[in-house]
Amino acid sequence: RRDNMAFTLYSLIQAAILCVNAVAVLHEERFLSKIGWGVDQSVGGFGDEPGIKVQLMNLVRSVRTVMRVPLIAVNSVCIVLLLLFG
Amino acid sequence: MDLPHHGYRATKQRARAAPPTADSVLFEDTSSATPAMNSQGYYTPGYNMAGPPNDMQGGGGVNNLFTDPMANAAMMYGSSLANQGKDMVNKEISRFMSVNKLKYFFAVDTRYVLKKLMILMFPYTHQDWEVRYHRDTPLTPRQDVNAPDLYIPTMAFITYILLAGMALGIQKRFSPEVLGLCASTALVWIIIEVLVMLLSLYLLTVHSDLSTFDLIAYSGYKYVGMIFTVLCGLLFGSDGYYVALAWSSCALMFFIVRSLKMKILPSLSSDSMGTGSSAKPQLRLYITVATAVFQPIIIYWLTSHLVR
Repeated sequence: RRDNMAFTLYSLIQAAILCVNAVAVLHEERFLSKIGWGVDQSVGGFGDEPGIKVQLMNLVRSVRTVMRVPLIAVNSVCIVLLLLFG
Repeated sequence: MDLPHHGYRATKQRARAAPPTADSVLFEDTSSATPAMNSQGYYTPGYNMAGPPNDMQGGGGVNNLFTDPMANAAMMYGSSLANQGKDMVNKEISRFMSVNKLKYFFAVDTRYVLKKLMILMFPYTHQDWEVRYHRDTPLTPRQDVNAPDLYIPTMAFITYILLAGMALGIQKRFSPEVLGLCASTALVWIIIEVLVMLLSLYLLTVHSDLSTFDLIAYSGYKYVGMIFTVLCGLLFGSDGYYVALAWSSCALMFFIVRSLKMKILPSLSSDSMGTGSSAKPQLRLYITVATAVFQPIIIYWLTSHLVR
């Protein structure tokens, strides 16, 4: 019985790129506001404990803001490499 | 840890001139000394502040190499280039991770390693799990047995890879690619676990002082249990494997829960929070328990294919 989940670092990088792409395509107006996860709905509790949902929304928004430009570069490199080497 | 005393460098002077802060509990930090000094330099560059007399000494010691002035100039130029390269590399590396903080995790000695290994395998008699502080900085592993270190996880990881290679060789399934695959699989699982821990600590706004290196250290301690399990499996067969798996899983779960409880659940004893955050201590407890339960699962996953 062979270990069938043999990871390599390359598969980790692939998974990371896919996850970050998935977070980056969540549009603010069209999607996140509709399900109540927009940035205008996160300013609520000013206590010391923001809560999980607010933290998640902040995380999504910061990932989208920070990774927008690097993702363009990384995706282009991935597309070129996959076209060349299959 | 004493550096070798060459005749040129007065390392004793440098140790006395070092500020008596927390640096004194670590071993000598060569990166915080004056940048022109390198204690292992036989050939001193000309622009050094203690240059001229030592240059005479160096010239007198190996004068048969320096008779040719061109070779002399080339040697000094090359050593100055090497110094500049070293400074640049240090600067680049210290932008990503602070090397001083990494040195804290490797300041161990034999007594600490032995006690820590015993605690990892038999944590039920250890009384005091609190990490002691010294004027707001945590004590080095040399002085506090509860402090996490990175030496044991690194050595245990490498030993696990070698043991996996040996186990596969016993089963005649060995090839060099399998060794690399095993190593990268284990490394990826560590990265995944540390990322999940960081994510959950961020989402629940747990303001603990667990840095990334601390989490790497705590998730690397399971390799000690893994080595023990694989060894027992190799020596005593399948029964020995399951017995050792149960033993090291229980010990490791106890160790993780007791260690992380101190850091993640500080306010569990004082119930001063209102009903609004009554879910918080529960969620923090869930994180600790989930981390603990994850350890035996990953131990079984990573070692079962080594012991048939």
